[in-house]
Amino acid sequence: MNWQANRLVSVMDRRGWARFGGLLALACLVPALNLAFEDGSVLHLSGYTVTLLGKYLCYALLALSLDLVWGYAGALSLGHGAFFALGGYSMGMYLMRQIGTRGVYGNALLPDFMVFLDWKELPWYWLGFDHFWFALPMMMLVPGLLALVFGWFAFRSRVSGVYFAIITQAMTYALLLAFFRNDMGFGGNNGMTDFKELAGMDLQLATTRAGLYMASLLALAGGYLVSRVVVSSKLGRVATGIRDAESRLRFLGYRVENFKLFLFVLSAMMAGLAGALYVPQVGIINPGEFSPANSIEVAIWVAVGGRGTLYGAIAGALAVNGFKTVLTGLMPNAWLFFLGSLFVVVTLAMPGGLVGVVASLRSRREKRRAVSRVDTSEVAGEQGDTQDG
Amino acid sequence: MRHFYNYFSRPASVFLLLLAMAAPLQAAPSEAVSFETAAAGLASSSYSDRMEAIKTLGALGDPRAPGLLGSMLESRLYRRVSDDRLVDARREGSAYLLSDPSTGESLGEAGSRDIRKIMVNNSLRGAIRAVLSRMDLFSEDLERRRAAVEAATGYPSNEMAGSLVQALANEDDADLKAAMEIALATSRLLSTDAATRLAGLETLSETTSSEVRSMVSRLTETDADGEFYEPDPRVRGVAAGIMANMETRMRMLENVGKLYQGLSLGSVLLIAAVGLAITFGVMGVINMAHGEMIMLGAYSTFVVQELFRDYLPADLFYLYLPVAVPVAFLVTGLVGIALERGIIRFLYGRPLETLLATWGVSLVLQQAVRTVFGAPNRAVENPFWMTGGFELAGVVTLTWNRLVVIAFALAVLAALGLLLRYTALGLQMRAVTQNREMASAMGIKTGRVDYLTFGLGSAIAGVAGVALSQIGNVSPNLGQSYIIDSFMVVVFGGVGSLWGTLTGAMSLGVINKFLEPVAGAVLGKILVLVFIIIFIQRRPRGLFAMSGRAAED
Amino acid sequence: MFSYKKVALLAAGALICVGVAAGSAQAKKDTIKVGVLHSLSGTMAISEVTLKDTVLMMIDDLNSNGGLLGREVEAVVVDPASDWPLFAEKARELVEQKKVDVVFGCWTSVSRKSVLPVFEELNGLLFYPVQYEGEESSRNVFYTGAAPNQQAIPAVEYLMGEEGGSAERWVLLGTDYVYPRTTNKILRAFLRKKGVKQSDIMEEYTPFGHSDWQTIVSRVKKFASEGKRTAVVSTINGDANVPFYKELANQGISAEDIPVIAFSVGEEELSGIDTSNLVGHLASWNYFMSVDSPENEAFIKDWQKFIKNDKRVTNDPMEAHYIGFKMWAQAVRQAGSTDVDAVRQAMYGQEVRSPSGYDVVMNTNHHLSKPVMIGEITSDGQFDIVWQTDETIKADAWSPFIPESAKLTADWSYPWVCGNCVKPKFN
Repeated sequence: MNWQANRLVSVMDRRGWARFGGLLALACLVPALNLAFEDGSVLHLSGYTVTLLGKYLCYALLALSLDLVWGYAGALSLGHGAFFALGGYSMGMYLMRQIGTRGVYGNALLPDFMVFLDWKELPWYWLGFDHFWFALPMMMLVPGLLALVFGWFAFRSRVSGVYFAIITQAMTYALLLAFFRNDMGFGGNNGMTDFKELAGMDLQLATTRAGLYMASLLALAGGYLVSRVVVSSKLGRVATGIRDAESRLRFLGYRVENFKLFLFVLSAMMAGLAGALYVPQVGIINPGEFSPANSIEVAIWVAVGGRGTLYGAIAGALAVNGFKTVLTGLMPNAWLFFLGSLFVVVTLAMPGGLVGVVASLRSRREKRRAVSRVDTSEVAGEQGDTQDG
Repeated sequence: MRHFYNYFSRPASVFLLLLAMAAPLQAAPSEAVSFETAAAGLASSSYSDRMEAIKTLGALGDPRAPGLLGSMLESRLYRRVSDDRLVDARREGSAYLLSDPSTGESLGEAGSRDIRKIMVNNSLRGAIRAVLSRMDLFSEDLERRRAAVEAATGYPSNEMAGSLVQALANEDDADLKAAMEIALATSRLLSTDAATRLAGLETLSETTSSEVRSMVSRLTETDADGEFYEPDPRVRGVAAGIMANMETRMRMLENVGKLYQGLSLGSVLLIAAVGLAITFGVMGVINMAHGEMIMLGAYSTFVVQELFRDYLPADLFYLYLPVAVPVAFLVTGLVGIALERGIIRFLYGRPLETLLATWGVSLVLQQAVRTVFGAPNRAVENPFWMTGGFELAGVVTLTWNRLVVIAFALAVLAALGLLLRYTALGLQMRAVTQNREMASAMGIKTGRVDYLTFGLGSAIAGVAGVALSQIGNVSPNLGQSYIIDSFMVVVFGGVGSLWGTLTGAMSLGVINKFLEPVAGAVLGKILVLVFIIIFIQRRPRGLFAMSGRAAED
Repeated sequence: MFSYKKVALLAAGALICVGVAAGSAQAKKDTIKVGVLHSLSGTMAISEVTLKDTVLMMIDDLNSNGGLLGREVEAVVVDPASDWPLFAEKARELVEQKKVDVVFGCWTSVSRKSVLPVFEELNGLLFYPVQYEGEESSRNVFYTGAAPNQQAIPAVEYLMGEEGGSAERWVLLGTDYVYPRTTNKILRAFLRKKGVKQSDIMEEYTPFGHSDWQTIVSRVKKFASEGKRTAVVSTINGDANVPFYKELANQGISAEDIPVIAFSVGEEELSGIDTSNLVGHLASWNYFMSVDSPENEAFIKDWQKFIKNDKRVTNDPMEAHYIGFKMWAQAVRQAGSTDVDAVRQAMYGQEVRSPSGYDVVMNTNHHLSKPVMIGEITSDGQFDIVWQTDETIKADAWSPFIPESAKLTADWSYPWVCGNCVKPKFN
């Protein structure tokens, strides 16, 4: 136990931990400012902001999960949105069942969309979702299981690079079409909305929102630590080896597919958790989350932030989404020009992403100060290119 | 308009035959109803009055009727408010040019408030067409007669039977005679005499056209109350036998139809994917802006079409499409070159970053098109030689636009294959993609080859846009709907192999079309995707994997 | 290679400047704020951009006539980008952050469902302008589009009648989402009641943006050749319509053989299709651009002037926004305030002479009484109105043809009766 704790501590140096704690504390201020100050006070943060930031945190966790497989094992998944959505649907099903007789048709058993399509009983796969203790593990197990099956076949037959990207895209596209079908029993295109409460807490209350925000924050912090442990372990170094020279690792006797599969499943479960936390905060889950464009966007957050650095992925998700929120309100007709150009400029001028820029600025400054020590622990591996394509 | 015989000059025998069929005789037009009164009835606000007026005009056989009815058929018949005269009106700017519908004599201009449109709907149009085609049966022009017989097959009636018998007696053309027999037989099915209906069925037993099928199968159907439309069980038995026969013959043709549809869908996938087979397959650029190149091609077509419409005489309009092909080729080719020089050349060797950059480019291009051309769809017209289609035995319709696209897709692929194989540029392209350093050492300007290759891939995507504008939407989202399918096709076929792209596209198209009737459109598509996933597991490098050193990295 | 870093810095600088400028431009004082929540990018931009422009036109018009309650009216436009969770986020931004007094927006049912909890929680006011499946009545939404009984049922009745061609067989063709599913469910119940056999109804669903209609059109042709007059009821969604109609025309299906009546195809959709081979196919709406009324003439003139293009068409959802906006302005004047509760109370019974030439009225079920019109496509991309109701028809928020919904009543006159109350509670 002690040894385990030691390992956890050793994933970052003292400065790393300090920064980590500082950011965490800063993030905790958000719900505090919302709850402690009245509307109208200078220090008040609106409920809108809390929910918005909570949503970003879920996106950040999703980006982090993708970075784990793409940045560290070199397998670009363009279907990570599918795991996110599956987690979201598990949560959505639970929330739907919590509505109970408060739906418009007042049916205690069936969600509204089933009532007006004349379904008579709940499909078997909905059973158990009225219990939180059942739904909670499902949010991670369902995406994890899909990743296990899909990854097992894909990695065993050595599908890699762009082929892997395209079949994951085919996977999420097929799921998109399947979930669109009203016959599937997931509400078709309208998906699930109008949730009332989560584990007995009214979703419209400010405290519930603050709670969800905190849960997302903890999930992100937890996900970050788990990822740190994984990448700094031997397994992580093997994974990086796979990314940079897969055949060489194979010749050395490593079962490459098992390492990849482990990372892929872990990553899918993190994505599922992100989706599950996302749904009650935005209030809707619909098949649109499966759309290939969404998954591509996740890859873009990671690339903008800096692939292969864990906090790069997080920074990328926060930056791109923040940018998007501001611009869609400020210049609704022209924001795509800016977003599109941003992606182009980032790729051309900042190959290491935002994190790369920060790192190079810092190293320049430190050189100027004639300090020789350059902290590279965080940008390890950002330069290494993969074999994709 | 004088090319028909007076309807009333029919021989007595015909009249007797009509009596024999004991049709619910149409009220013989009373002498009191004049052409003018009947024509005035067309302007009535009541639907049944207008229907009555059309029937009366048909029965009267006045030589002025065809002009009047023809004008009404085209929705150009108006009532002039000042004198209640029925006029033919064509819109010219904000005013209307009036003329007499029967004589064509000009009646000056009018504003939109001076005339009232005579409303015509589907049922009235059907009735008018029946009346006109009955008159056309006696036209001197063979084509008109043929069209009239065709219409008669679709709109059988007792009146039509009478006219057909008469026309048959005067007809010399053997083909047309046969068609008339069939049309007559369909009309006979409406007879109240079971023997006549049986005789009609006899004649129809060999045809499978959809109109005939519809008439025959009606004899075996029941109405809302469960009563058979056909009272006589003998007739029902014969009809059922004929239907069963038709079914077997049709099943063969239906499979041919599915195959054709599959090839047609395949050719759409092919033309959409060929450009990507170059930029992605050959150069390794994950070109997310490929769909937008297709879109730019489609918008180039739209612009060329508008220019033709505005600046060239109308009878040259049908040529706009062939002109649009090189225009789209140049426009998207230049955009592609600009893209390569400005962005992509800095990213060689970092394929996944090309994904990011080209995704950004695609967002910008979409929004640019939306800003310039507006968000709604723009109309791209099929030129006359691409409208319509022809039927195979009433079961499969081969449409011209799809046939042209199939031919065009194959032609583009062939041209590309030849270019890669037999030209100096093609040789250099292959050299650079296989071994850049070596090619460079041999004196090939790799930079130039790069931008030409990318430009070529983009230009072909643009040309695809010309073809696809003839089948679907022209909107800023056009590219998004093809990009995923294109990637699937290229990867399924095997990156870097044109032959693979062809086989991949065609087989996906055919599989889809054979699955769709069984599983439905949505499930069919899902099954195809699952098939691709499983296929890639079995053959991780696609259908036609490249072998050798290039495949390893 | 020129320095992309410099370009990046310049771009960032420019961005900040524009942002600051835009931010300061928005800080006007004491205006009435109207939120516009329509997708300006993504798949739905095709339809929704026009509606955004319509609202802007109405606001311009109001301002040039002295504004409202002596204050200027200001539009707050955001882009939810056809992304449903983003709709909810933007709705919250409009109501909670930008503090708008009313929102005009949404097109798809899913976007409405997405923003609904937000409006209910924050007690905002949304005007929803598109025909939809019904089965909803929210205290915070006014539905100015048609409910199924104002569109689908009259259309089918027309085609069943002699005038419409006495159809006996029905193909219900739709995109697989809630509106077609619900409409077809209602239609099926209605047809069955009229004695149509189960085997004479074919129901078929396609994915969004379906572009290859060969199989389905051939199947329709085959179905129609089985002895009975057949009509197609199309609830195909926006984007898929162009390829559908192109295939229809090229396979030689004329409206006289198999009429297709659509509930989602209007003038705007037709402007993307060459209609010369589609003459006679039908659509059912509450308004057509070809309506002959002075209000419509003015509406079209204003629109084409505003958009600076004399070829732009008007359509039913635009008219719905016109009605909604006029009603809202009237209600604000009447209430003397933009307070949501006061405006809502003033909305009931509000009457507007609409471009359709009828006086439309807002009912206490938050839906309108509107006329129903059936139009046939003409070769110039317009509709000839071949049939219309004499009176306006009141929308059913809850369809009597769906057993569970038949029990429900929507009536928001005081005391309020919510959606799932079995009968109104008047004391």
